[in-house]
Amino acid sequence: MKGYDFLYFLREGVKSIFLHGFMSFAAVSVILACLIIIGSFMLLTMNVSMVISEAETSTEMVAFVDETLSLSEAKSIGSKINRIENVSKSEFVSSEQAFKEYARELGEDSYLLEGLEGELILRHRYRVYIEDVSLTSETAEKIRKIPGIAKVNASLEISQGIMNMKKVVSAVTYILAAILAGVSVFIISNTVKLTTFDRREEIAIMKMVGATNAFIRWPFVFEGFILGTLGGALAFAGQWAIYDYAVRKISETLSVIHLINFQSIALPVFILFVIAGFLVGIGGSVLTIRKFMRV
Amino acid sequence: MVRFSRVHLTYANGTKAIKGIDLQINDGEFVFLIGPSGSGKSTIVKMITGELRPTQGRVIVNGFNVGTIRQSGIPKLRRTLGVIFQDFRLIEKKTVYENVAFAMRVIGAGRKNIQERVPVILDLVGLAHKANRYPHELSGGEQQRVAIARALINNPKTIIADEPTGNLDPVRSREIIYLLEKINSLGTTVITVTHERDLVNSLSKRVVAIDGGRIISDQTGGYYAI
Repeated sequence: MKGYDFLYFLREGVKSIFLHGFMSFAAVSVILACLIIIGSFMLLTMNVSMVISEAETSTEMVAFVDETLSLSEAKSIGSKINRIENVSKSEFVSSEQAFKEYARELGEDSYLLEGLEGELILRHRYRVYIEDVSLTSETAEKIRKIPGIAKVNASLEISQGIMNMKKVVSAVTYILAAILAGVSVFIISNTVKLTTFDRREEIAIMKMVGATNAFIRWPFVFEGFILGTLGGALAFAGQWAIYDYAVRKISETLSVIHLINFQSIALPVFILFVIAGFLVGIGGSVLTIRKFMRV
Repeated sequence: MVRFSRVHLTYANGTKAIKGIDLQINDGEFVFLIGPSGSGKSTIVKMITGELRPTQGRVIVNGFNVGTIRQSGIPKLRRTLGVIFQDFRLIEKKTVYENVAFAMRVIGAGRKNIQERVPVILDLVGLAHKANRYPHELSGGEQQRVAIARALINNPKTIIADEPTGNLDPVRSREIIYLLEKINSLGTTVITVTHERDLVNSLSKRVVAIDGGRIISDQTGGYYAI
């Protein structure tokens, strides 16, 4: 027997895609649908996590400076705060600034503060932003120990809330992703079974005239490769269109939420989709025809 | 050459299909294998093609020991055989030409070789003018002739025809048998499984009768004991 004629296998694979047009269409559609469903879910999760981590970085605590310290002494504490682990940045707010901000907050009731301008009734303070909200209380404790810090106000409820939300989101993500992946594998393997079912006879004939298993397998491998990769590529295009549409709609109504731009993740999504389609296509066809080979 | 020596075959469910068969078919012979349904004829055919292995005894087909052959050796065994079925088993989506060429392709024949040989074989079975038709456009007899062409294309030592006339009317049946006889006269061993009395009687050939998993008669002539 001569060496394998891969061009022949490729040609047979391509021919077979058109010969079994409807089945090819079904296979591509199923891969496309499964990838878009999983992809949309993943993008949703990514956006939710991003919104959460934005909320995380915007949580702040306030460290009050002992009123016996002078303005320059108070300002010098900033570098010590910044050196503490988990502190992403700190902003110094002088007594006067704090007073103005307070007055602004009071709005119509700001007359209550009339006559107090120039008096140091408020302490100098630092607004401290942290990286990991789960370490809020430890970080607050460390800041409190810095000489010259009188008091630290940290809202533990908010940081706890964010922590809980993160846990729930990641648990739900894993569970749903596993379910979706399982369902996709089931649907895809059934589709592959259907598409190869009407070729059982063809395979049996090939076996009867003395074809080796490899000879029978190769055209199916090429066919699976082409259909799977095509499904992956189409899913990528579909995903892009759907996501862009969704982002536009959401931004119209909820402009405050900042969403991931598809272009920034297009390449990894494309690679993932094409590889997933490729693996599903080849794996599906090889596994399924194996059953029919035992003739 | 096909040789069965004290062959037994018991299916996984316990059914004893073959109960001690000794049979030798020499190169160039024309043999009818006859017997009622369930007698074990098909089991014998499946052992010749390597689909089943004997549970006891030895089956030698064209130099291959079916009992011990490795899975990877089965394609080689089958290339020495040409198998014809009652239901033709043509690929519906390939033309007559492609169905025959395909069998050559499968064993790695080159394009040029295929282009030369397929028309010759189609001419032999009288279908050269229908090379570009699809199986569903042909009559039953014509489809069976395509199957014969496919069985012949790789120049096998042995042709096994399993009820080749089962789906055909008497006139077409006779045509098919005459074609098999012609192939035999060119040197190929032909083993034909059938239960058509008239057909067997019309030719004076070796007839092996099977019943209950045993050979009950092996004679030359139009003998049909059952």
